Order: sequence, then C-alpha cells, then structure tokens
Amino acid sequence: MIDLLIELSKYVFIILMGLYTYYCFRVVTKKNEDVKNLIYVKQKTTMFVIHFLANLIIYLKTGDPGIIIFYLAQMAFFIALPLLYNVIYPKSSKLLINNMCMLLMIGFIMLTRLAFTKAVRQFEIAVISAIVALFIPYFIKKLTFLRDLTWFYAGAGIILLAIVFIIGQVTYGAKLSFEIAGIGIQPSEFVKIIYVFFIASMLSKAKDLYQIVQTSIFAAIHVIILVISKDLGSALIFFIAYLFMLFIATHNVLYLGSGFLAGSVAAIAAYYLFHHVRVRVLAFTDPFSVIDNEGYQVTQSLFAIGTGGWFGMGLYQGYPKLIPVVEEDFIFSAISEEFGILFALCVILVYLSCFIMFINIAMQIKDDFFCLCATGLACILGFQTFLTIGGAVKFIPSTGVTLPLISYGGSSCFSTLIIFAIIQGIYIYQKQKPHKKRKKEASY
Amino acid sequence: MKVSSFFKNMKTKNLPDSDRNFREDQELYIENYEDYATGNYLVDNKKSPGNGKQLMFLTYVFVAVFIAMMGYTVYFQLTQSSEVINSSYNKRQDIFSDKVVRGKILSNNKEVLAETQVAWDGTETRYYPYENIFAHVVGYSAKGKSGIEANANFTLLRSNAFLLERMKNTLKGEKNIGDNVITTLDIDLQKTAYNALGNYRGAVIVMEPETGKILAMVSKPDYDPNTMETTWDSLVADNSGESRLLNRATHGIYPPGSTFKIITTLAYIRQFGSVDSYQFDCSGSITEENTTINCYHNSVHGDIDLKTSFAKSCNSSFANIGLLIDKKEFEDTCNSLMFNQKISLPFSYKQSSVAISKDSDTDEVMQTAIGQGKTQMTPLHMAMITSAIANDGIVMKPYFIDSVENYEGTLVKEYSPKKSATIMTESETEILKELMRAAVTEGTASKLSTSTYTAYGKTGSAEYNDEKGDSHSWFTGFAEANGKRIVTTIIVEGAGSGSEYAVPIAGKLFNQYFTNE
Repeated sequence: MIDLLIELSKYVFIILMGLYTYYCFRVVTKKNEDVKNLIYVKQKTTMFVIHFLANLIIYLKTGDPGIIIFYLAQMAFFIALPLLYNVIYPKSSKLLINNMCMLLMIGFIMLTRLAFTKAVRQFEIAVISAIVALFIPYFIKKLTFLRDLTWFYAGAGIILLAIVFIIGQVTYGAKLSFEIAGIGIQPSEFVKIIYVFFIASMLSKAKDLYQIVQTSIFAAIHVIILVISKDLGSALIFFIAYLFMLFIATHNVLYLGSGFLAGSVAAIAAYYLFHHVRVRVLAFTDPFSVIDNEGYQVTQSLFAIGTGGWFGMGLYQGYPKLIPVVEEDFIFSAISEEFGILFALCVILVYLSCFIMFINIAMQIKDDFFCLCATGLACILGFQTFLTIGGAVKFIPSTGVTLPLISYGGSSCFSTLIIFAIIQGIYIYQKQKPHKKRKKEASY
Repeated sequence: MKVSSFFKNMKTKNLPDSDRNFREDQELYIENYEDYATGNYLVDNKKSPGNGKQLMFLTYVFVAVFIAMMGYTVYFQLTQSSEVINSSYNKRQDIFSDKVVRGKILSNNKEVLAETQVAWDGTETRYYPYENIFAHVVGYSAKGKSGIEANANFTLLRSNAFLLERMKNTLKGEKNIGDNVITTLDIDLQKTAYNALGNYRGAVIVMEPETGKILAMVSKPDYDPNTMETTWDSLVADNSGESRLLNRATHGIYPPGSTFKIITTLAYIRQFGSVDSYQFDCSGSITEENTTINCYHNSVHGDIDLKTSFAKSCNSSFANIGLLIDKKEFEDTCNSLMFNQKISLPFSYKQSSVAISKDSDTDEVMQTAIGQGKTQMTPLHMAMITSAIANDGIVMKPYFIDSVENYEGTLVKEYSPKKSATIMTESETEILKELMRAAVTEGTASKLSTSTYTAYGKTGSAEYNDEKGDSHSWFTGFAEANGKRIVTTIIVEGAGSGSEYAVPIAGKLFNQYFTNE
C-alpha cells in the first residue's frame, strides 16, 4: 500500500513542482498586485502539499512519531517566516521569500529521508539564521556607514581565510573549517558576503585604474588563499563574482575578457601544478577509468540520476546513500534519484528564478554600492548552484561546494539566508524611495 | 518563451541612458546628494548609474549556462544514462532484482537462451537450455555477470508490463516480470559453429556485414552457465591454463598470420593505386638484411603476380611487398583499420595492436607484412575488417541485442544497425574481393568452391612460438548468394594450416546459412 502511494506520489510531486516553477516565471508578467498575490498563495499551496505528502510518506516508512513533531515545527516555521516578513517589511519580495522557503523545504525533506538527526540540526540552524536575518533588511536601511567599511571587510575576510588555512581541519583534502566551542564553522561561507561588500565599496567609490588595481590585488589575495587551502570551488566563486562586479562597475568588456583569459591561464597552470586539480579533471573526463577511487563519487552520482530517470524512484525507493557526502555536495543527485530528473530540473529553474530576481533588484537600485552588492551576491548564488549541480551531472568537474539552502551545512545555510535577507533589504530600501513617477513598475 | 517575456519586462524598467561613464555619475551623485539622501534623486534626475545593459549581459550569460547545464542533463538521460547505469559498479541494480523477475534472453527466432525459473517457494534459478553452446556470448548471471547477461542487465531487470498490472503487483507485494531481450543470435548457426570447432580451442564469429548483427559467436574451451555456483572456483583458479571464462572471439588476441595479408595488400593498393603491375619470383624464401622469411612448407611459387601471391599465400612475395610499401603508408593503413585504438562498441573487447611505424626496421616490416612479429588482433576485429570488404568499405557496429519486448511480447525498444566507420573505398574493396575470390577458386581456400554460393576469403597459419609447426589456423571471409551475405572469422588454436582446419568450418557455416533457409 505504501509502495503504491510512493509510486503515485512521484507524479504528484513532479506536477506540483512544475506548477510552482511555472508560477515563478508567470508572476513576473503580471502587473496587478492582487493577481500577483493570488499566484503567491498558489505557490505556497503547492509547497505545503508537497511538504505534507513527503512527510506522510516519511512517517509511514519510518513509523517514527518524531517525524510528526518535526513536520509540525517545520509547518510553523514556513507559515511564520513569510508572515513576519509581511508584517515587518510589507514591501519585501514575496517571490524571493517563497523561493527561499521552497528550497529550504526540499532540503529538509531530503535530509529527513537521508539522516533525520542532520535534518533536525539543519532546521535548528535555519530557524536561528532566519531570526538573525530578519533584522538585516532594517540594518541595510539604517546603517549608512556600511559602504565605508571597505578595509574592515578586506581585513576581516583575509584574516578569516588565513586562519582556516593555518589551523583549518582537512575535509576531503581541502581545508574548509575550524571549530569554535564544538561548532564547526566554514568561514569562506561568510567571507564571501563581506568580500562582495569590499569590492562593492571599493568600486562604488572610484573606478580609476589605481582603484581597480588595488581592488584586484585584494580580491586576488582572497582567491589565492582559497586555492592554497585547496578550496577550489570557493576560489572559483570568489573569482567569478569579482570579475562580473568589475565588469558591472566599469562597463568595460575588456576587463571581463582579460579576466576570463587570465582565469583560464590560471586554471591550466593549476592543472599542471596541483595534483588534486588533475585528479578532479580526470574524474571528470573519464570517471569510469578511475571508478574505484577518484571517479567513485561522480559515477555514483550518475548512477543515482540515471537510475532515477525522468520520474524518479520514489521516496525511499533509491539508494542515495551510496553516494559519498550525499547530504552536502551531492544532494542534487539524491533529489534527482528519488524525485526524478523532471523535478530536479524544476529545482534548477527555481534557483534561476532567484538569480534573475537578484539581478532584477540590482537593475532597479540606483545606488552604485547596493547595485554592486546585489550583483555580487547574485553571482555567488548563481555560480555556486552551477558548480554543485554541474558537478553532480558531470557537466563540469566536481568542485565540492554545497547547494545553497538545500545541502546540509550550518555555515552554508546561515550565509545563504543572510544573502537573501541582504537582497530583501536592498529591495525594500529601493522601494521605499518615493518613486512617484515610477510607481507602476515598482514591484516584482 | 516565459523567460523572454520576462526579459522584455525587465528591459522596460531600465532607464534609457545606460552607458554613462562613472565620473559623470559620481558628479551627479555629489551634485544631487541631497536629493539622493531624501530620496528625490530618482524623481528629479532620471539619470542613473545605468548598469542595465551590463546586467542584462550578465543575466544572459548565467541563463545560458544554466540552460546548457539543464540541456546536458536531458542529453545525459536520453543518450548515455542507459549505458552508464548498466555498469556492474551500479549497486542499484540489486534493488530491481528484489522487485522484478529477471527477463529472458531469446534467440533471433525467439527461442529461449536464458530464463529465470521460479520455484513454488519463490526461489529463482537462471536456466540456460543450451548449456555450453552459448556460454560466452549469452554469459552467466551468478557470481557476477558476463556476456549479454551483463550487457543487458538493466533491461532484463526492468518491467514494461502493462501499467495497471504492475500497480496490482506492487499492491499485492508481488514481483513484476522483467522484459525479454531478443538477440541477433541464430541457434542453427551457433550449433553448427560449436560442433564444427569440435574439441579444439578457438573462436568462431558469424555476422551480417550489412547490419553488424552477430549471428553466432563461439569460444572454446567453454563452461556450463547452469553450474556456475559449483564450478566457479575452479574456473577462476584456472589451474590448467585454459582460460575457460575468456571469450576468445572478443578478448583473445592472436597473431593474425596470413590473414593479415589483406591489410598488407590494402596498404600496397593505397600506395600504388592497383595490384596489376606487381611481379615476383618466389624461390621458397626471401632474405633481406638478417631476416629470412620462408614460404609455408618451403613451397616454391615461381614467377607470380599479386593475385597469385595472395591466393597461394606466398610469404616471400608478401615480405617483399612489405618492403615496397612506404612505412608511413603501412602505418596509416593499419590505423585506418582501427589498430592500436579504441573502437566504440556496445560490449567489451580487447584492443588489437600492430607495431609498424616509420621507425620500424627491415625485420619488423617483413614480419608484419605476413602477419607475424608483434601484431596481435582479436577475431572480432578481423571479422569487422572482413565485413567492410563485403559491405563496400563500411563497417557496421557489431551488436547482439536486436530488440526488447515486455514479457507479453509488446515491443519496448528496437535497436537499429549503426555505422561504425568507412574504412575503405569501394574500388579498394573490389580489388580485395577479386583477390579473396582467387583464394577460393585457385588458392588455399579452394574447399569453399561450390555453386551454392560465392565465397571469398583468406586463410592463415599463424606461428605463435618459435617452434616450427605450432600454428593457429585462421580463416576470414564471406559468402554471398541470392543477395544475402555473411561474414565469418574462425581461429582454431594450435591446429596447423588454415586451409585444413579453419576453412572446412567456414564451409559448414556457409552451407548451413545458404541451404537451410
């Protein structure tokens, strides 16, 4: 009986997720606020039905009453969060909040299915992060000196990354984290935010060559520390964010072109200099030749995605735990295996919707500093998503970064929620300007 | 479509003057600071930093990258996934065997080659009615998997039974019945090949040159796939050095002996355009530098042209031809025939190798030209080259699996013939056919001379150690009648000359194919 429910639920999940994704893109073509609000309600409905159905299956499969309590707690969270935003920041972007909740929810479902204790821990961190993040839009508006802390950002960022390099713990060959009071912290997750602030602050002040060189040097220091810590994924994210921010600030395609050229040269150099880079590339080009070692992860991921097929195996019907670090770097493969490729493609589109929303906000804001912040954060979110998913489907070599909001990982979850809150803050900041003449195009 | 309208929407939100340079912006910013601080900046000055164009560009880049990634995922699922998930490393296959009764493997006329029998208590046994006859090609499915059992593992464990029936089974907690795989294998030809090879070690391949369908594939010594559980340990230990588990047709690498003269001839044709002007006086052996090549049984062939050299398989003449061919041309010809490289095939095989290059010394050239030296190739590779000659220069990809049906016989998937490569021109195949025909009408394969079909071929006796007389018996060739054509490649290990041992097997196969249909 449960098996039949699972078999049927596969299709329900795909249809609901498809609808949700459709609404993500449909809503931006609507002008009328009421119509928009109706779509947001529809989105939330599909979300809650998916949530209920998935947890029902999890409960029936495990028989653990703890699931019911956990489900109710999540329900409360997903009802309260949008409500709080609505009350405190009536002008916040509801689409972004919905997407944020949707991605968190998919993460909770998948983690509950994979490792219940990790799911609970993730939920606790998400609740705390969401509460902290709730204050951020207010501070974005009030703290006018944010744009002047240029050297604080650079200093703090470089010091934090350097600490990780010196005392960091090695996880899967890379130095990523250190422990404070028993809590593992992955500083690069937070540094990427202040790093964006640093570049935005530098380039919004001046754009002459001297300023650009200065910015580039300090951005490069970040990237180099990450490379020697073997955190290649983060290094790439930092590099790409810097490149696009520089391009947006200067409008100069030459910088972008020469940046990519330099990046390619550096990548080739890294290939010849570092063994671990060659290993990653080999695992990408011919994973089956090194299936017992370097290629194990990627091939397991491909087995998961391929076996799941378009419609997935159904919850609890796959073997996602065969993939090493499935909760962190390869959770996308687990989703694809049990919910199907069609569902997984919708997840990609939801991220794309978030990215476009970030950029849309960057376009509307007339303040250079905030525009650059939004651009940088958009690049970080977009590129990180690309690295994880691209690595999981073997579109690109795997770099070992997390899938924002879905993967297990406190630092990642916390920092992504902060990024979303900053974007909300910028959005609200921009909307609170008395745009008398531009009112009709004020909301998204 | 949605996305594009979305962009249109975004574009309208941008202010028109987007490519203002920064200094102006900065000045404006300072100039209008008060407005800015009070929020009137936008109202009074419709002049903005205007990053619209650049941000649109950025968006396009990311959207393109995301769409490419999604496209790749779809592409992966459509084209690569079935092969990838069929890997023996994919432990997920075991999930399916808990839910599905493994499907049958059937011959080309749908007779059972392998099936799972379910006892009253639910115990499953894999049963192979033909026992040893199809051992290597169909494979085994206990203690690991091989052959078609391995290649089609996932297919056999998938059920495409009627949806409602599957739901009913799921509901009742019963197993579904897996899909059947219909192979290209022909039982009569397989039996003929199996019996003709007798007690010898060796391999036989029969395939259709126009399609690449493998009609028969025998490897000996063999094993009974029904008894793997009990015989496995001794098969793996292989104390007698027989390598029973090895499929010699695809994985056995042998010196090709005189069958390689086909390739030497092709290199000659490519360099000189035709074989007409060649003439050689055979005295039973040829010596060049320190290498002496003898003709088989030291026969003296006398004054001969290339056609006779080929038909009589004159070693001295071919060693001479080898020396006439430019080494680079020789190497290029070998490379064009898929030596020293991977071939994309739907099953595993061993790679063939040849040592000829522009740095080869005289000895190496002379040995290679007659198929000795370091040259090693699989019977499968030889069959593929032969099928190109039979098929106007085009090699079709050899394959075993013709179609997949659900257990009730409804078609699920059909595999169509695929071209592997064009490795010769039509005029080259015409010359080679003429020579291979001569081997039948006036040469070493004369036992195939009959009015029932027209046969073409090349024999070989490949010496595999320094002792004289120890040689593998080869034949590779094809026959046609009534518009039908089949290729066969045969190797009989340690039997002696090709014309005595391998050619009669080919004769039996051709008779079976052309008279019993």
